[in-house]
Amino acid sequence: MNTTSNVLILIALLPFIGALVPGLMIRAGRNACASFTAVPTAIALVLLLTFAPAVMDGQVIQAEVNWLPQLGLSASFFLDGLGLLFGCMILGVGLLITLYARFYLSGEDPVGQFYTYLLLFQGAMLGIVLSDNILLLLVFWELTSLSSFLLIGYWKHLPEGRQGARMALTVTGAGGLAMIGGMLILGNIAGSYNLTDILQAGDAIRASEWYLPALILILLGAFTKSAQFPFHFWLPHAMAAPTPVSAYLHSATMVKAGVFLMARMWPVLSGTDAWFYIVATIGLITMVLGALIALFKDDLKALLAFSTVSHLGLLTMLLGFGTEAAAVAAVFHIINHLTFKAALFMTAGIIDHETHTRDIKRLGGLRHLMPITFFIGTVAALSMAGIPLFNGFLSKEMMLEEASHTYWAGSAYAVPVLATIGALLSVAYSFRFISHVFFGPVRDDYPSKPHDPPFGLWASPALLVILVILIGVMPFLAEGFVTAAASAVTGADLHPHLKIWHGVTPALFMSIIAVAGGAALLAMYAPLDRAWINAPRPEAKAIFDRLIAAIVGVAQRITSATHNGSISRYLAIFTTASVVLGAIAFMGAGLSAPTRGMLPVPAVIAVGWVMLVVATISVVTMHHHRFRALVLIGIIGLTISAGFVYMSAPDLALTQISVETVTIMLLLLALHFLPKETPKESPFGLKIRDGIIALAAGAGVGGLAFAFMQRDISTISSYHVENSYEGGGGTNVVNVILVDFRGYDTYGEIIVLGIAGLLIYALMHALLEGPAARRLRNADYSQDRSKDRHPLMMVVVTRVLMPIALVVGLYIFLRGHNQPGGGFVAGLVVAIALLMQYMASGFAWTQDRQRIEYHTLIGFGVIIAGVTGAGAWVFGVPFLTSSYTYVHLPPIEEFELATAMLFDLGVFLTVLGAVMLMLYSLSRIARFAGSTVNVDPMDYDPGSHAEDTPEAR
Amino acid sequence: MELLVASAIGAMTAGGVYLLLRLRTFPVILGLALLSYAVNVFIFSSGRLAIDMSPILSKYGDASYTDPLPQALVLTAIVISFGMTAVLVMVSLGAFLEADTDSIDIDPSETDKDATK
Repeated sequence: MNTTSNVLILIALLPFIGALVPGLMIRAGRNACASFTAVPTAIALVLLLTFAPAVMDGQVIQAEVNWLPQLGLSASFFLDGLGLLFGCMILGVGLLITLYARFYLSGEDPVGQFYTYLLLFQGAMLGIVLSDNILLLLVFWELTSLSSFLLIGYWKHLPEGRQGARMALTVTGAGGLAMIGGMLILGNIAGSYNLTDILQAGDAIRASEWYLPALILILLGAFTKSAQFPFHFWLPHAMAAPTPVSAYLHSATMVKAGVFLMARMWPVLSGTDAWFYIVATIGLITMVLGALIALFKDDLKALLAFSTVSHLGLLTMLLGFGTEAAAVAAVFHIINHLTFKAALFMTAGIIDHETHTRDIKRLGGLRHLMPITFFIGTVAALSMAGIPLFNGFLSKEMMLEEASHTYWAGSAYAVPVLATIGALLSVAYSFRFISHVFFGPVRDDYPSKPHDPPFGLWASPALLVILVILIGVMPFLAEGFVTAAASAVTGADLHPHLKIWHGVTPALFMSIIAVAGGAALLAMYAPLDRAWINAPRPEAKAIFDRLIAAIVGVAQRITSATHNGSISRYLAIFTTASVVLGAIAFMGAGLSAPTRGMLPVPAVIAVGWVMLVVATISVVTMHHHRFRALVLIGIIGLTISAGFVYMSAPDLALTQISVETVTIMLLLLALHFLPKETPKESPFGLKIRDGIIALAAGAGVGGLAFAFMQRDISTISSYHVENSYEGGGGTNVVNVILVDFRGYDTYGEIIVLGIAGLLIYALMHALLEGPAARRLRNADYSQDRSKDRHPLMMVVVTRVLMPIALVVGLYIFLRGHNQPGGGFVAGLVVAIALLMQYMASGFAWTQDRQRIEYHTLIGFGVIIAGVTGAGAWVFGVPFLTSSYTYVHLPPIEEFELATAMLFDLGVFLTVLGAVMLMLYSLSRIARFAGSTVNVDPMDYDPGSHAEDTPEAR
Repeated sequence: MELLVASAIGAMTAGGVYLLLRLRTFPVILGLALLSYAVNVFIFSSGRLAIDMSPILSKYGDASYTDPLPQALVLTAIVISFGMTAVLVMVSLGAFLEADTDSIDIDPSETDKDATK
């Protein structure tokens, strides 16, 4: 029964691939864009049709690509009769719409964009009908909402377009959210997210206590998408879209997605009372209400929109009946509605295009002026009315037949009577479409002189109308599709026979009543119309707008009540919450007895501790004097480095010392521009509150650390120690972890560091172009300026130190894999050596001698690290697997050449580049702020002593 | 020894949090620096304290080593926290130069003005 074919994936992907082209070819003109839209669609259609014989034979075509198997999410597709029917509809009508839109849109519209959106939508829609995984289906479902938003709002300059698009997105998007919930419940009950599995689990699902919530949530999604009462209001507003969009989305495809979903889920969800009463009732109400409103709409597209609402109600009702015959009727009507409604929308578009109005009250008498359009429109409208020999008649008869023997809450008349009324109204508005637009006297006040459009514009609806007649006269032509689709919907092997004459049945009488009544209703149209206009009725858009405004109002009140712009308040709340949550967690579980004894405390460590604690307290008490606080921070950092040395962490000590140095330099540079004192502005109460929060946090963290250090736990660390030499080729385990075991982390971290450097550079540039630049220019920093900015001694010493520092950096880098050191530390050491040149010899002098941009260093660093990691792929091993060999280079001790070293080189370059770029950016600001520039390594401040030194420039 | 390290962590955390809750950018940056010291030492201490057991494999027979993993994590954390401090310094510098105040809170009266605009 099941065949696997990856062509199915190609079919699903084709529209998305194709979507790239028209958007890029936006300047190539309408013909090129339309052709490049038609090609992928046509290929997909042909490929799909190659499966048609097999699928009609009852086979199911499947294809699967694992995506996130842990979440039950796979990109799996399957094609059965229902999918084939919808796929052909989507792609076939897509082709016709592509042609129609080519002639409908004007040269001034951004046509490339339109076709890109159209293909995106087509791909999403195709995805829905081909998905085998309901999570994947949901992704495509949301994608149709988004792409239809783009299409409805395509004419961005029209406010109705934008509002209509927003409303459609809100309603269908909200329904989609509800449906996600329903689908997840369904998947949970069935134990699988694959549709094929879920369809097998119908009994279990219907018996589950979660059936009703799942049903309601899924139906919310389907009803909003298919514009069922009370969510029908978005569809008429979506008519602000260009007519090709209306014809495609709002008659043939998107609004049918809800119907499709109900059909797809039919074997699982239907057959219960809840299903019948919710689905059939809503469908019935929608059918009658939509038809009633449609009758009184003057805008051609609004009339068709409400008629679509009505027909979608009809389909929903049929699916709600839950019988196999009703399912057959629904499937057949899906085809028929597609043909006549798309043709009607295109006819309305042609009339609008040629006469420049869609107002029925301003039209009439077009049958002589536009004979081709008249023929197409009339045939399609007669089919919509359900007149024999057109396809609409056949499915409407089947619907009436089903309705005639359906009981609703014990009543044998409710459904048949209402269904007949719906049919009657449908006849009335269809006849109105014909008679008020095409018949009547020829007028002389059309906004534009009407005539038939060029062939390109009427070709698509003409083709559809031919289908209307063919199916209407020879219904057995559609039997193959209907059989395959209906069998797929019901899960049973059906063999329906579609024929025109069913004999004298109740349905025939209902049809006769409907046609006669509809004609009579139209005869009395004028007084009815006046009564309708005077009757009070709720305006859906106003209600919707008020609802949205109310929700926005609530959201704004909550936001403004909680977010008052005080960051310190947020931080206080955040810290308190963390401490409280931590305390609750800590209280919740008991504390086992300590398993480790405490280490002894030598005197020197005790002195270090006193220094650290005193410095910390002093920072807090003296933070108003910013320079002093900065010095104290430096003391704390250095004490910690010493602590690392003592506690067996030489790498950390090296890193901490060098980072400490650059951090202090950075803060000093920044402090140059900031106020030197912090004003004493916190009220006493606030200080007390913050003090309590701080002490609680400190006690909590300290206590946690103390408890932690006294107990043993099993860790994965021994693995690293054991495999460091054999697996990573290094004896410095910390470095091997960085460049090998956890190289991926390190790779991410150097990228973050590089981004931070670039971010600072970008911020600097933005600052120097804004109002800050003016302030910097005008501020007077001369008080801070040293008389001897570049002291001779320092210049000489740093000059001598430079090569030494570079050698030290190289040494630390090379030994890093086996002894303390490595790329991070080496990068920082070299950065400090360079910074010293900046400090001693001046910004401009150093800058003149800089050969490589720091951005380049960052870039090369990341690239080298990445390429090294990717190089492992060449040897068929995972990303960042290293290999190594040992080299003994006399005077230096034996060291090892590993690919990890290349990776470390990347780390080195990135760290160097990022640190230098950060400090360079701050120096740029300093230079901008009026610091004079020196070209010689040593100079005197020209502001003060220029006249004393003849050789000074 | 453990008590000293834990109390130092606690002291730095308390100082860091207190400074973090001040109203000007510079103390907040200092507070973050203090807090990152505390966090780094905390993560480091999660490997348990050890003396003369550097995670450098010895060529000469068996030796015991301290836990290298927290050290590797802290090493990168030190470098990254430098990067973040630098970004923060630049942002606060920019804010001060643009707005002429280094207060971290938005004045509610000014936001109301913006809202009514």
